[in-house]
Amino acid sequence: MASIVLYLNNSAKDITFPLLEDRFQFLNPNTSSDSSFSSLAGTVRILLCVANSPVNSETLDKYPSLECVVGSTTGLNHIDLAECRRRGIRVTNAGDAFADDAADYAVGLLIDTLRRISAADRFVRAGSWAVKGQFPLSYKVWGKRVGIAGMGSIGRRISKRLQALGCSIAYNSRKPKANISFPFYASVQELASNVDILVVCLALTNETRHIINRDVMKALGKEGIIVNIGRGSLIDEKEMVKLLVKGEIGGAGLDVFENEPVVPQELYALGNVVLSPHRGGAVPESLLRLQEIMIANIEAFFANKPLLSEIELE
Amino acid sequence: MDSNSIGVLMTCPMSPPYLEQELDRRYRLLRFWKFPQKSELLKPHSQEIRAVVGNATIGANAELIDALPKLEIVSSYSVGLDKIDLAKCKERGIKVTYTPDLITDDAADLGIALILAVLRKICGCDLFVRRGLWKNGDFQLTSKFTGKSVGIIGLGRIGTAIAKRAEAFDCPISYYSRSEKADTNYKYYPSVIDLASNCQILVVACSLTPETRHIINREVIDALGPKGVLINIGRGPHVDEAELVSALVEGRLGGAGLDVFENEPEAPEELFGLDNVVLLPHVGSGTIETRTAMADLVLGNLEAHFLNKPLLTPVV
Repeated sequence: MASIVLYLNNSAKDITFPLLEDRFQFLNPNTSSDSSFSSLAGTVRILLCVANSPVNSETLDKYPSLECVVGSTTGLNHIDLAECRRRGIRVTNAGDAFADDAADYAVGLLIDTLRRISAADRFVRAGSWAVKGQFPLSYKVWGKRVGIAGMGSIGRRISKRLQALGCSIAYNSRKPKANISFPFYASVQELASNVDILVVCLALTNETRHIINRDVMKALGKEGIIVNIGRGSLIDEKEMVKLLVKGEIGGAGLDVFENEPVVPQELYALGNVVLSPHRGGAVPESLLRLQEIMIANIEAFFANKPLLSEIELE
Repeated sequence: MDSNSIGVLMTCPMSPPYLEQELDRRYRLLRFWKFPQKSELLKPHSQEIRAVVGNATIGANAELIDALPKLEIVSSYSVGLDKIDLAKCKERGIKVTYTPDLITDDAADLGIALILAVLRKICGCDLFVRRGLWKNGDFQLTSKFTGKSVGIIGLGRIGTAIAKRAEAFDCPISYYSRSEKADTNYKYYPSVIDLASNCQILVVACSLTPETRHIINREVIDALGPKGVLINIGRGPHVDEAELVSALVEGRLGGAGLDVFENEPEAPEELFGLDNVVLLPHVGSGTIETRTAMADLVLGNLEAHFLNKPLLTPVV
C-alpha cells in the first residue's frame, strides 16, 4: 500500500508533482472528504509543503504525528523552522534541484544590468534605433570584482560561471568555507567596500533580514551593482529604491522583492535596473529533478535512512 | 612635424566622445557627417586628407577612397572590415589598421547574455513587471541553459571565448569552421547543417565574407528546429533574415538572440511581439571600457604611421 503523505498547498501556485502522485497516497485537506481526512490527519507522519505554503504552529498542531516536512523550494522562510526544531520535526528542501538555474539566472541578471540588455531590447522594440541612433554605451563585465553574499550551492555555481566571464570573486558567509579559496570578508559591508558587484544569494532568516542595508549599499558605491536572487527582505528595499533613484548606487538586477508581486514603481523608469517576477528557479527541466529529490527524501524517511536534503535546524 | 595640419576624416559620430576629442586635439579633424553634401567637404579638403577614421557603420568604400588622392591610412574603429574596400586600399598602397582582440570579451559576454536572455526570457520578465502584469499571475516557466549543447560557427578569438564561458555552464561544445582546429577538444562538424542538427544553441561568431553571407539559411534553420535557438553576434548578412523571421513567426525555430541585422538600424518589426526573441541595437562592443581602449588603439596606429613607426595593429 502506498505511503501516505500530507499534501499542503495553500500557496497561490498551481503546481503538480505527477511523479509523486504515482508513488504516494496524498492526503489533501483541500480535497479529501471529511471522514477519511480526520482519521488520517492524526496519524500522518510526513508533510509535503507545496511552494511557499505556510507551515507554522497552527499547521503543526493539526497533525500531531508529523515527523518530517518535505519542502519543494530552496528557500524555507515560509516554514517556522524554530517550531519544527522544538517539536523534533525534520525538514528537507529542494536540495540542488534549482541551484544551476538560480546561478544561471543570477549571471543573466548581472550581465543584463551591466550591459543594459533589457533596456536595449526595449529600445529596439520601441522603434528608437532608427530614430535616436546608437544606444548608449554600457559597462564591461570582464574584470569586474564580484562579491557573493552567501556561498552555498548556488553561490558556488555563480562563482564558477562568473570566473569564466573574467570576474574575480570574494565572498561573505557566516564562517569561511573550508574548500573555497576566494577571499573571505567577515561582514557584508566589508565585502561591499571591496567589490564592484554584490550578488545576494543568502537564505532569509531572522538574522539576515535587511542584511543589505543603507550602509552596505553606500559602501558598494555609486558605480556598484546589486543582484538579488535570494529573498526580497534580504535588502532594505525602501532604502535601495531611494539610492537607485538618486543615482547613489550604479544599478540593480532584482528577481525578488519584499512584498511580491508588488514592485516599487519608482524602479520602472530606471534604465540601469532589471526587474524579474521571481523566476530564478523556474524551469520545467528542474521540476523533474525536484520531484526526484522529494521522492528520495520521502522514501528515505519511510525506510529510516538518512534524508537526502535535510537542512540543519538551529 | 605639426600634426595639427594633418587632415583626418572621421566618417560618422562615434562614442564615447573621447576619440573625436583626441582626433580634434591632435589633427585637423574633418567630420564627414557635418556636410550634408559630401562634395562640399571633398572638393575643398580632399588634398588635405591623409587619414580616414571609420567604423563598422561607415568605413571607406571605393567611392570615398577615389575621392581622396592623398589618403595614406584608414584606421578603423572596429574589428569588422566589411565596410572597407580592402582591395582598393591594397591597390593604392593605403594602409589599414583595425582594433582586434579588444572586443573579444565584450562580444563573448554578449553571446552568453543573449543565450540567457532568450532561454530564460529575462527581457520578457522585465517587460512583464514593468507593465504591471505580475499581480495578475506568475510569468511562464522558462527554459534551462546549464547543460544544453552549444554549436559555434567560427572558432576564432570570439568563438573560443564563447566556448570557454559556455563550458562553465556545463555545456558540451561543438563547432564548424573552414577547417578543423588541431588544438581543441571540441567536437568538429564539417558543415553548418551538421552542426545545427546536433546542437540546441547555435552561435554565429565568424567574420563576414562572401562565403559566409547567408550562412544561416532555410536549411540550417530547419536543422536547428522548433526547440533550437540561434544567436547572431556576427553580422546581419550572416543570416537570411527573411527566412529567420518567417521561421520564428511560424514557430519553426525555438528562439533567437540577435545583435545584428541585415539593414541596421532597421530590425524586423514582425519580431517585436515575440517573447522568445531578444533584439539588440548592435551593442557587441559597446562598453565604455572597450571603446576607450579601441580609441587608444586608433590613435596609437595613426601616431605610429605619421611618425613612420611600425603600425600597432595593421590588417595583414
